[in-house]
Amino acid sequence: MTPRDEEELAAMVRAAAGPLRVQGGGTKADMLRPVRAAAVLSTAAMSGITLYSPSELVLRARAGTRLAEIESVLAAHGQQIIAEPPRFFGPAQTIGGVVASNISGPRRIGGGAMRDHVLGVRAVNGSGEILNFGGRVLKNVTGLDLAKLLTGSFGTLAVMTEVTLKVLPAAEAVGTVVVPAADARAAVEVMAAGLGSPFSVSGAAYLPRDARAYLRIEDFAESVAYRCAKLAGGVAGAEILGGEESKALWAGIRDCAALPPGEAVWRVSVRPSAGPGVLRDVAFAGVSGFMDWGGGLLWLSGPATRAAHEAVCAAARGGAGVWWLMRGPEALRAAVEVIPPEAPALAALRRRMTAKFDPRGIFNPLKMWAA
Amino acid sequence: MRAMKQLDPKPEILARRGEIIAGLLRILPKRAVIAEAVSLKPYETDALTAYRQVPLAVVLPEDEGQVVDILKFCAAEGVRVIPRGAGTSLSGGALPLADSVVVGLMRMNRILEVNYPDRYAVVQPGVTNIGITRAVADAGYFYAPDPSSQLACMVGGNVGMNSGGAHCLKYGVTANNLLGLRLVTMAGEVLELGGTHCDAAGYDWLGLVTGSEGQLGILTEVTVRILRAPEGARAMLAGFASNEVAGECVAAIIASGIIPVALEFMDRPAIHACEAFAHAGYPLEAQALLIIEVEGSEDEQDATLRRLREICERFAPVSMRVARTDEESAAIWKGRKGAFGAVGRISPDYLCMDGVIPTSRLGEVLRRIEEMSEDYGLKVANIFHAGDGNLHPLIMYDANEPSSFARAERFGAEILTLCVEAGGCLTGEHGVGVEKRELMRVQFSPGELEQMRAVKDVFDPHWLLNPAKVFPL
Repeated sequence: MTPRDEEELAAMVRAAAGPLRVQGGGTKADMLRPVRAAAVLSTAAMSGITLYSPSELVLRARAGTRLAEIESVLAAHGQQIIAEPPRFFGPAQTIGGVVASNISGPRRIGGGAMRDHVLGVRAVNGSGEILNFGGRVLKNVTGLDLAKLLTGSFGTLAVMTEVTLKVLPAAEAVGTVVVPAADARAAVEVMAAGLGSPFSVSGAAYLPRDARAYLRIEDFAESVAYRCAKLAGGVAGAEILGGEESKALWAGIRDCAALPPGEAVWRVSVRPSAGPGVLRDVAFAGVSGFMDWGGGLLWLSGPATRAAHEAVCAAARGGAGVWWLMRGPEALRAAVEVIPPEAPALAALRRRMTAKFDPRGIFNPLKMWAA
Repeated sequence: MRAMKQLDPKPEILARRGEIIAGLLRILPKRAVIAEAVSLKPYETDALTAYRQVPLAVVLPEDEGQVVDILKFCAAEGVRVIPRGAGTSLSGGALPLADSVVVGLMRMNRILEVNYPDRYAVVQPGVTNIGITRAVADAGYFYAPDPSSQLACMVGGNVGMNSGGAHCLKYGVTANNLLGLRLVTMAGEVLELGGTHCDAAGYDWLGLVTGSEGQLGILTEVTVRILRAPEGARAMLAGFASNEVAGECVAAIIASGIIPVALEFMDRPAIHACEAFAHAGYPLEAQALLIIEVEGSEDEQDATLRRLREICERFAPVSMRVARTDEESAAIWKGRKGAFGAVGRISPDYLCMDGVIPTSRLGEVLRRIEEMSEDYGLKVANIFHAGDGNLHPLIMYDANEPSSFARAERFGAEILTLCVEAGGCLTGEHGVGVEKRELMRVQFSPGELEQMRAVKDVFDPHWLLNPAKVFPL
């Protein structure tokens, strides 16, 4: 089912006889648990930017609008989506899917996550009611923040039909300080020093295959030159990359170009100093990857086996963090905990919450949890 | 003077007051329970002083275990609970009910952990907002949200209201600066939400609880991001011939790609009130004033201020002053930071509104507020976080004149309705509280309010936590 507007979508929800696979472009069907549903409800035909006011830093688009379209319109006005969502999932990604999955790129470490820039959401709940939460202004604490609750809920609570985002000017210039790092621990030290500097580092990543840590500065040209020089000053072997090289490098980090080939892909978030421990603890299972967010985010790949998955879970737990199974064969995704299980009290709360939005349990059932 | 209807106390709870206090004394040390009339008096109101109600009792827990015991006890007894931080809410968020127990968190005021390599701090909810920055300032760090009340207000209340401040255009509001929370539900269950890492797997409970105004649980621990402070900061001011022109200048600044760390707007009445109070050297001939702050090294500040100057000059400023030193920056900020005191000096009482509008509607919204001011016969001064559209009209009234407060409230409601009609919202950083409760119907449909109530039900099925706030009665 590909409704053309919100009313049509709401009517389809009300008429639905059973579970629906809720999606935009369907690019995250291989992420988290498989959804067993007789029908697909896609927002892909609900497309278009409905409001863009560059001087107010606000963009609103129907859920099925492709990320690429939004980014090109923003770029034409010298602006960007702050959280830098990865294009890991391919060109069919819609803005609804990007918000529903809350996956952010390198700039998350300083600029915030997708969820930090969702100003408002229109959505249809499981009873087929059209609801509007949040708004189009940059500050809003009116009532419970259900726009945040829907962000990252993978279509399990309601079907988003339109989202409103805070956007920001794209920086005039970008530069990267490249620092040799013998291992992950050394890299985290370099990144912590950068992120702990007064220079507003907007990206901090480590690619083991390069044995280098990267620190990004985005600002006016004179500031980029000054800050890169300050960060590189006195650091043995440090080099500075210019704008074009920097852009290519960070697009690759954002889109996981450096991820070694593997059958399964995971993402792990821990506090930055725990990142090296995660890389170390998954190695025995044939899992490897790279670090973003100063060491706090790991993109990992390896064999699509239960053993490899358990190794990732254990490593994430060891760093007091969380994991997501980003890609893998259906059998694996149906059999394992694709994200960490909640404590019992929270799980009970979550089940009651789901029932309040989707009383019949028809939206993406079991997409996130097995029960 | 009380214009708004309140929830009726439960007679069976009032009748059992002695028993309930005895029960609280069984689970808490004596020093943690306040039941004497004279000691309860300070808790009858918060910073929305027009509303007052002495509670049944006040408890001041010292640790999470006591919070759990209090909530389990109150849940079992059917007693309503009002969480309270420093009591600085401008929307009546901590206003008690006659049959309620106020849970004050000021004794849970320890900083539990500061971690510089991972850039976070774990604090108890009774730590003041400025207390975090003070604890990390020697290492060059700060905690970004900076509400005006930051010397007094507590982190727990900041989370409850999702507080902002003058610098949130660049650094975001409370929600954007949190990593984790510990929350005790009305059933006495302790939930760990988030942690010390970025982003949750699963639902964004952290985001839901932030700004929930004590409707979902009581916080016992808050993990915040701390940031390394920039090398320096400097301010400039520019006065303009009209609100509209100043508004256009704001749009031009944003369009140029500069996001100043602060971008504050004052209208003529605010300029005059602040100047009379602080002698900050504000241009009295200006109809509107912008205070703009930039960050970075000296050279970076110079470069950005030069760009800003060029932009401002395109709008024929009647006055412009760029600070050369920290002292000159402080002088520029002095009037703005003293704005509430300044208005308090020219009017016996005032209501501070907190609506948000799309910034493109600034001129017409301020014009309408001016007309309303004449209709209601009440003066108003506008102070405004210009970059994000967060208006703070200060409506001046005299509490000794009976009709004055009622008119001020109606005036305020009309301003907030106007904000919603202009595409904005009722509150940008103060919260709905008791003040804007009935106006929620202006912004939300019955179905939307019902969905929010359903979320409240999930956490607090008997509606014992901070009732008669946020949702219209």
